[in-house]
Amino acid sequence: MSRTTPAAPAGTAALAADLAAALAPDRVRTGGVELALYGRDASVLSGEAALACFPLTTDEVAAAVRVARAHGRPFVARGSGTGLAGGAVPVGDPVVIVTTKMDRILSVDAEDRVAWVQPGVVNLDLTRALAPLGLRFSPDPSSQQACTIGGNVANNSGGPHCLADGVTSAHVLAVEVVLPDGTVTVLGGLDAEPPGLDLRGAFVGSEGTLGIATRIAVRLVPEPPAVATLLADFATVEAAAETVSGVIAAGILPAALEMMDQRITRAAEDFVHAGYPTDAAAVLLVEVDGLPAGVADAVDRIDGVARAHGARDVRVAADDAERALLWKGRKSAFGAVARVAPNYYLHDTVVPRTRLVEVLAEVYAIAERHGLGVMNVFHAGDGNLHPLLLFDAREPGAMARVHAAGDEIARVSIAAGGVLSGEHGIGLEKRDLMPLLFGPADLDAQARLREAFDPDGVANPTKVLPAGSRCGDLQSVPEGLWV
Amino acid sequence: MRDSDPVAAFAAEVGPPAAGAVVAVGGRTQWDVGGRPDPEAGAREVGAPAGVVALEAADMTVTVLAGTPVAAVDDALAGVGQAVALPAPPGATVGGILAVGRSGLLRLGWGPVRDAVLRVRYVSAEGHVVTAGGPTVKNVSGFDLCRLLVGSLGTLGLLAEVTLRTRPLPATERWLTAEADPFYLVRALHRPLSVLWDGVTTWVLLAGHPGDVAAEAAAHGLVDAPGPPPLPPHRWSLRPGELRGLASPPPGGVPGRFVAEVGVGVVHADVPPPPRSVEPAVAGLHHRIKDLFDPTGRLAPGRHPWAA
Repeated sequence: MSRTTPAAPAGTAALAADLAAALAPDRVRTGGVELALYGRDASVLSGEAALACFPLTTDEVAAAVRVARAHGRPFVARGSGTGLAGGAVPVGDPVVIVTTKMDRILSVDAEDRVAWVQPGVVNLDLTRALAPLGLRFSPDPSSQQACTIGGNVANNSGGPHCLADGVTSAHVLAVEVVLPDGTVTVLGGLDAEPPGLDLRGAFVGSEGTLGIATRIAVRLVPEPPAVATLLADFATVEAAAETVSGVIAAGILPAALEMMDQRITRAAEDFVHAGYPTDAAAVLLVEVDGLPAGVADAVDRIDGVARAHGARDVRVAADDAERALLWKGRKSAFGAVARVAPNYYLHDTVVPRTRLVEVLAEVYAIAERHGLGVMNVFHAGDGNLHPLLLFDAREPGAMARVHAAGDEIARVSIAAGGVLSGEHGIGLEKRDLMPLLFGPADLDAQARLREAFDPDGVANPTKVLPAGSRCGDLQSVPEGLWV
Repeated sequence: MRDSDPVAAFAAEVGPPAAGAVVAVGGRTQWDVGGRPDPEAGAREVGAPAGVVALEAADMTVTVLAGTPVAAVDDALAGVGQAVALPAPPGATVGGILAVGRSGLLRLGWGPVRDAVLRVRYVSAEGHVVTAGGPTVKNVSGFDLCRLLVGSLGTLGLLAEVTLRTRPLPATERWLTAEADPFYLVRALHRPLSVLWDGVTTWVLLAGHPGDVAAEAAAHGLVDAPGPPPLPPHRWSLRPGELRGLASPPPGGVPGRFVAEVGVGVVHADVPPPPRSVEPAVAGLHHRIKDLFDPTGRLAPGRHPWAA
């Protein structure tokens, strides 16, 4: 790495000393190679982290927030840094509050079907801990081996299995938070109808701009008694996309409905050997669950819809091992891309399911116009597109072409009645595209919510809302932040 | 004016702050929740327009004007085998159900009403039309004002138009009953839509493939029931695990008759629940949000979702 450590802002030593006194000296960092890691997340943006701390408890998070404020510094909370929109990238010399050491599952109540967890618990670790009880936490982002529940709350994360059950917001009952003034409180509750406004709902997905989650009560759902996983292969992308609409229109709401185009199917097959048909233009991975008769009926009907739309073959996984293998190919798809191109940019927009065919055609055309390779692997069931734009960052001008293509894909998606992000969030990356989706009065209302929680703008400043959302003067993401 | 936009017309009816206090009226089916509007404030009653704007069956979404009765939305959707996941008491409007934010007896299966909302267009205290959320079934673009508005009792903005996710109508739906342990049934049955218990009798609503429903009914000795039991008038909010103690005498239990929503925690009882409050920090957030969204206090004066 050629990155040089920048000079820390004035006052950093005194700030570090106060944080060390509040936490512990070995859980405050002000330099070294490690700190460079906290300057970026999994997006194509990066900033500078001059200081990071690693609290273990709610009180330590609150103390870190109060110390930051006493020194006139903002703060940014950070989990594993798997975010794809620059939400955890430090801007404005913040104290980086890393929650990964807060990784305990505090309680699991199988009767109430709720678990309290610390924000640094890794999504997959929670799933594994719940498996013996026959319960699960439904959101399963592709990064689930690394991403944390705190990050899932910040970004309102999704995943393939959110089609029937909804994204993170639908699975969070209560959040203990440290507010930007250092106060600790609980939003939401475990009872059926907590009094007052749904501040829990407002907090989930706020990308660290309303405070820091320090304990999270997640809703647990039972594993279904029967599951079937189907793989349908198609000679055209259009036929696959029309099958998606056909399945939904037939009144079937699968547990998951994923699509992979030929390039990503080949890459995943080379990587995992899941038995994917590499000559198919597109494959659909469909999962249905429930009770046996309902599952069998849904499998028959999905098979019928797929064949009616020209599926060449529909294969039903014979056992759990085959199911797991089919999913392994899907979940490893992003890793497989590394074998094809040195860098990729993973986009995230949503379009109405009925517009998938035309928007996909536009995505291919946009990538071609900008001289970029593109692969598509996405949550087709809810219209959540994830084009991967392939590039080589060492090639001059490559990043500019990626940005231009990404912008166009966002515009095309919104023009088709879609939205800017389905599950990755806005962060810095899409902040300046927000006016494509929202007018001045809309952004102003969102800025009011933010102001109510954080009147001084110290919690993860500059994220989500374009500057001037409260009064009209828009500014761009500073040039130096793009990689 | 021909072909006028009903949402814009509603915004004009609400008017700017100088037009004074306003309170949105739906079907008045839950008018007392959060307190009646303060008569001293002389709030003008306004009603959101009604009508189905767009029914996107293949996307499983429907956009309706907020004054539309829930039953009318379900009627419009029945032709495509879908419905919305909102309770439909006679006369209740979509806007009213969402402004109050209380789910119905099928929350166990459908989820809370707040999760049904994808996008809202509301009239702000300034009299502007504001859009929050998005039209797709999945969306994390920006702050989630939809969740904030559900249950806000019209104190932050007046719902004008909403886009809802729809659900497929199940092949079959059966209310069943038995004198059985509801806490066992709620776990043993696969995703029942409702499990109700009055301390002696349990009622369940099962939905899905007829073969599966029949098999579950037989396995647990459930027999057909005409429907859910009549509900006592008052509403308590407990944790699902607290319901086991209901049949014992107070303070663990609820005095008098009750019907509990097992797995959810809502209890319908003869006596009103004790008053509840929120933590000071949460109360502070409530007041700041209200002050920022409605600086002149013109929206539903007298109603307080946080003080109910």
